[in-house]
Amino acid sequence: MKRGHLVGVDVGGTFTDVFVLDLDEGNISVAKVPTTAPDQSVGFLEAVTTGISSVPQITTIVHGTTVATNALLERRGARTGVITTKGFRDVLEMRRRDRPTTWGLWGTFQPIVPRDLRLEVEERILANGTIDIELDVTGVREAASYLLQQNCSALSIVFINSYVNSENEIKAKKAVQEIWPNSHVTVSSEILPEIREYERASTATLNAFLQPPVSDYLEMLETSLEERDFRGQVLIVQSNGGVMNLERAKALPVRTALSGPAAGVIAAGYIGTVAGYPNIISCDMGGTSFDVSLIVNGESSLTAQSSIGFGMVVRTPMVEIVTIGAGGGSIARVDEGGLLQVGPGSAGSNPGPACYGLGNMAPTVTDANVLLGRINSESPIGGKLKKLDAEAALRAIKTEVADPLGINVYEAADAILRVANGKMANAIRLVSVERGHEPGTFAAMPFGGGGALHAGALIKEVGLDCALVPRFPGITSALGCVIADVRYDQIQTINQSLDSLDLASLENQMVLYCKEGHQVLDRSGSTLEKRTELFELDMLYVGQTHTVKVPLALNFLDDSLNVKREMIQQAFEEAYLQEYGRLLSNIAIRVMNVRVAVIGHRAKFDLSLLAPSESSSLDEAIIGKRSVYIEGNWLDIEIYDRLSLPIGARINGPAVLEQPDTTIFLEMDMVGSVDDYGNFLIRVEN
Amino acid sequence: MLDPVTLAVLSGRLEQIADEMDATLFRSAFNPIIAEAHDASHGIYESVTGETLIQGKSGLPIFVGAMSFAVKAVIEKANQDGDLCEGDVYVFNDPYDGGTHLSDVRLVKPIYRSGKIFCFLASVGHYHDVGGNVPGNYNPAATESFQEGVLIPPVKLFKGGVLQQDIIDIMSANSRLPGSLYGDLNGQINALDLGTKRLNDLLDQYGEDLVHEATVELKARASKLMRAYISRLPDGEFEAIDWLDNDGISDDPLKLKIKLKINGEKMTLDFRDTSPACLGPVNISRSTTVAACYVAMKHVFPEVPANSGVLEPVDFIIDENSILSVKAPKPVGGYTETILRIIDLVFQALALASPELTNGCAYGTINALSLAGYRKDGSRWVMFSFFGGGHGGHPLGDGLNHGNAPISTATIPPLEILEAAYPIKFREWSLRQDSGGAGENRGGLGAVYEIELLEEEAKAFIFGERSKFAPPGVVGGGGGALNKFSYEQEKEFKLPPLASKMVNISLSKGQAVRLETPGGGGYGKSYKRKIDSIVNDVKLEYISSEYARSEYGVVINDEGEVDEEKTLASRKKIRQTS
Repeated sequence: MKRGHLVGVDVGGTFTDVFVLDLDEGNISVAKVPTTAPDQSVGFLEAVTTGISSVPQITTIVHGTTVATNALLERRGARTGVITTKGFRDVLEMRRRDRPTTWGLWGTFQPIVPRDLRLEVEERILANGTIDIELDVTGVREAASYLLQQNCSALSIVFINSYVNSENEIKAKKAVQEIWPNSHVTVSSEILPEIREYERASTATLNAFLQPPVSDYLEMLETSLEERDFRGQVLIVQSNGGVMNLERAKALPVRTALSGPAAGVIAAGYIGTVAGYPNIISCDMGGTSFDVSLIVNGESSLTAQSSIGFGMVVRTPMVEIVTIGAGGGSIARVDEGGLLQVGPGSAGSNPGPACYGLGNMAPTVTDANVLLGRINSESPIGGKLKKLDAEAALRAIKTEVADPLGINVYEAADAILRVANGKMANAIRLVSVERGHEPGTFAAMPFGGGGALHAGALIKEVGLDCALVPRFPGITSALGCVIADVRYDQIQTINQSLDSLDLASLENQMVLYCKEGHQVLDRSGSTLEKRTELFELDMLYVGQTHTVKVPLALNFLDDSLNVKREMIQQAFEEAYLQEYGRLLSNIAIRVMNVRVAVIGHRAKFDLSLLAPSESSSLDEAIIGKRSVYIEGNWLDIEIYDRLSLPIGARINGPAVLEQPDTTIFLEMDMVGSVDDYGNFLIRVEN
Repeated sequence: MLDPVTLAVLSGRLEQIADEMDATLFRSAFNPIIAEAHDASHGIYESVTGETLIQGKSGLPIFVGAMSFAVKAVIEKANQDGDLCEGDVYVFNDPYDGGTHLSDVRLVKPIYRSGKIFCFLASVGHYHDVGGNVPGNYNPAATESFQEGVLIPPVKLFKGGVLQQDIIDIMSANSRLPGSLYGDLNGQINALDLGTKRLNDLLDQYGEDLVHEATVELKARASKLMRAYISRLPDGEFEAIDWLDNDGISDDPLKLKIKLKINGEKMTLDFRDTSPACLGPVNISRSTTVAACYVAMKHVFPEVPANSGVLEPVDFIIDENSILSVKAPKPVGGYTETILRIIDLVFQALALASPELTNGCAYGTINALSLAGYRKDGSRWVMFSFFGGGHGGHPLGDGLNHGNAPISTATIPPLEILEAAYPIKFREWSLRQDSGGAGENRGGLGAVYEIELLEEEAKAFIFGERSKFAPPGVVGGGGGALNKFSYEQEKEFKLPPLASKMVNISLSKGQAVRLETPGGGGYGKSYKRKIDSIVNDVKLEYISSEYARSEYGVVINDEGEVDEEKTLASRKKIRQTS
């Protein structure tokens, strides 16, 4: 039987990347097309059908989408209503009493649902789960019909303390469903049965806000595919790097808020592991930001919560990505105290660096790279511009940096790069050293356009083992789609002391989630090689408010888990000791939440398919020489065509390697080599 | 001279060490005031003078100015005793030497390199309870610091690396919540351990001389930057007066006055003609006053770095015997209220000099509320929290609804967490209509919180302000609504005799306390606000239609439409009188 094509599609802000794996022939092809708006599927269907595949051949499409991300950033979701407990309609607007910036008091905040669309009904559950006030079901119906009159097309139901007893929310949902014309109703205890009303309200309401646009998009996509005789299966990448089927994606769109970046991190973990570097720090350097993520033993770390701009909290498991304002477009300036600053101000990609000649006159990191010869101004990457204006870069750096500091323009460009590298190094330390990891056991993996220019400097600055530049750094996220696993996550607040913890009901809850998880996997329609369940408790000493993650080593066998109190205690102490270095005596321990994840592992493809062909040779890869400024001198160094380098090639720095989607700068005291998968490894020469 | 690149890189590295110490304490602290509200701070301080070299960015803003005084106090004590050695850590909470109030426990540790002190690391955090008459230590009736809590002078918590359990025992014995105290103290020790390790790594990599040179250079640059900012302000003298409701003992208002003098790149903040030291706990020490001014400046010029160079071009004139410069044992427990007023004064004076740089005053009171009692099983519970209010209108728009105080980045605990931890139930948690000061850009709204007791009985304690003098607007903007605290007795809500300060309010099951907090002051004159914005405010019930008419002159009929004729007339009247 033909196995057909497996297609990964990552839709980014500018480009849509497609990665096609022919499961029968075992070969791959890639395509990059401009992203289409508003219907992203037009662009990717175009890419798929321009020769590299055809729809009827496709058996699985795995899609990293920015529909949810963009709707949140641009606040273009559905007109949404909220029905909530009497006395609490402002929870969403009052947030946790924060402000956008520590310094400066000029903040403002517009909640996603305005005050007149947040309606209150009589009902109240107490913290111990007892019903203090019965639900006014008539009030719910009236509220829902008022919101319909107000043209709301989505609704969230958020009651105080529903995490401990969801009865009133479920009743309200039933009452609403009698009149609500669509399925865009989110119930807070269903999407996030966790204590903390604001975080739950925000997550539930943002989910409702996203349901119509994400559903519309996915239905449009299904229709276009059907019209083209599609007989396969579509999976959507979640923010935690796992995938889910279309039905779940329509119900839980908030879980796709960071879909694209998550796929990139998943790819980094896989590429690193296969290449023998399971500990990876992925570094995605774009126009305005530098995104760093930590991968330990091939696993990316997850965070429980993130915020899409001020006051838009999404609490679902996400791949943890630390973002700092240091990208190619970051602006360099000398402040009034005479200190050189790079970022967080940015020229982005439009107007972009001074050398783009699109109107920005301020010097950027990219301008410094151009001026020092590291970027080829005659043939810039990305294909958007024909040529870069090196003169403009020089003028900008001279006026804004060199003259104020009283140094020459090349020293100034070098200074900009070193300050930018210092900031990026701090971001890497934040995810590694600060989490107690030894940097010498990690490899940096740059992807995105700019990272590979700085990778060498970063490994030196932080003391990383090496840098690993994947063969196609520009399509990492699309590749990540192809290998992402199917994943189900659920959480429930327990909030009980360990001494008196009801083990039987905890176990029942976990078993229930496991079963549900396996059903979700069954329905995903994917071929799974194996399945794993992960169990984790959020625990703390009584009196603390921050929890530590406590993984439990349990086996799901015959619908039971055999959870033991002593085992929980021991696991907590191990986790606490690891985090803080000391245990506390005579203080009771509490279990706040339980988390269950069920993962279905999909078959991975052989990365050596990406490797260069046997016919390539090192000499033929040399495409010329260029003068590059290195440590105070102009040196004539070799320029290589990266994709023409054969397996096993070894290059001593300094050198520049060029390819369509990135430029690699190999520093003077560094050596680079091509591994069996076409990755380029950079390390300090011994 | 140090090259600009190494300087910028070292500046980032040093900041990161302080930030990481902050993060460590936030995560491992026990009490929510540190863990959730981030009422804590960490930094690196000069070896001889104790001046701030670097301070963490995520800690409580007020400590940025105050911590160097704490380190100075330890240096003096160590010089007196002459027995400082490697591995020592001092602990103390003396507010007269170290600034702020008794709840803030400070740890100060010398960092030695080759047998010599290179610098100090310090950690400060707000503890849940340090004894005194009132659980949570906000005692509005205190006349001496002895009624506010136990006072610990600088003593060694570690001697040569050895923990002195005796000290912990004394501290624990003086707290209603010894477990929380023990947990927080451990968190602070964790933070200092980590800071020591990171700083030593950095010094190993760059060498003591280079790092020292960088700190000297960073101070010089901070001072230069501040002078550049000051010189942008017009020369002249700008005065503002504001008031505290009372001192918690008698009901007389207390006057605070500022004269801001700009002369080229020098600034003088003259606080003469401020009320003399009072009986109650709204006094502050001089170091706290200076720290508060620093916070105000950094809100106006956010890029000013957190080191001592910033205050170099600023002179202070503060009377020895005023409420802004008291000595032991005058009570200082309510310092937060007074420093908020100082920040309001700086904004009001700066608004006269450079209106485009400032904003209306924020809600201006911390509203420290404790509810305390015993559960059925005999265990004691203390719920202590600060509450939010509106921020001022500003040149770019309306003030933020329900923000945190300018002296802190504190978030409020979720009400579900409070309900799960204490025998209480919130009846209401909402925005307060008509509380934002009128203006071209309106002040943000304050909040309403109503909390009912579920146990048989409890005591309530409240320490608030702004119940008589509203948060002022600037550039012609109106004031926010007054603060209002009330408590239920016999089904009726009563007001405290001394506005929003009261101790030992008895509550029984089913009774509640209610807080209605101020909004922020407005920015610009109210008749300049767009009619559409006012109609929208009415639609969203941010303001009532009565308020739209009285404050903005906009007359809205029952259909929510503007009566143009009446509006024109009454807007004209408001314009003429404003």
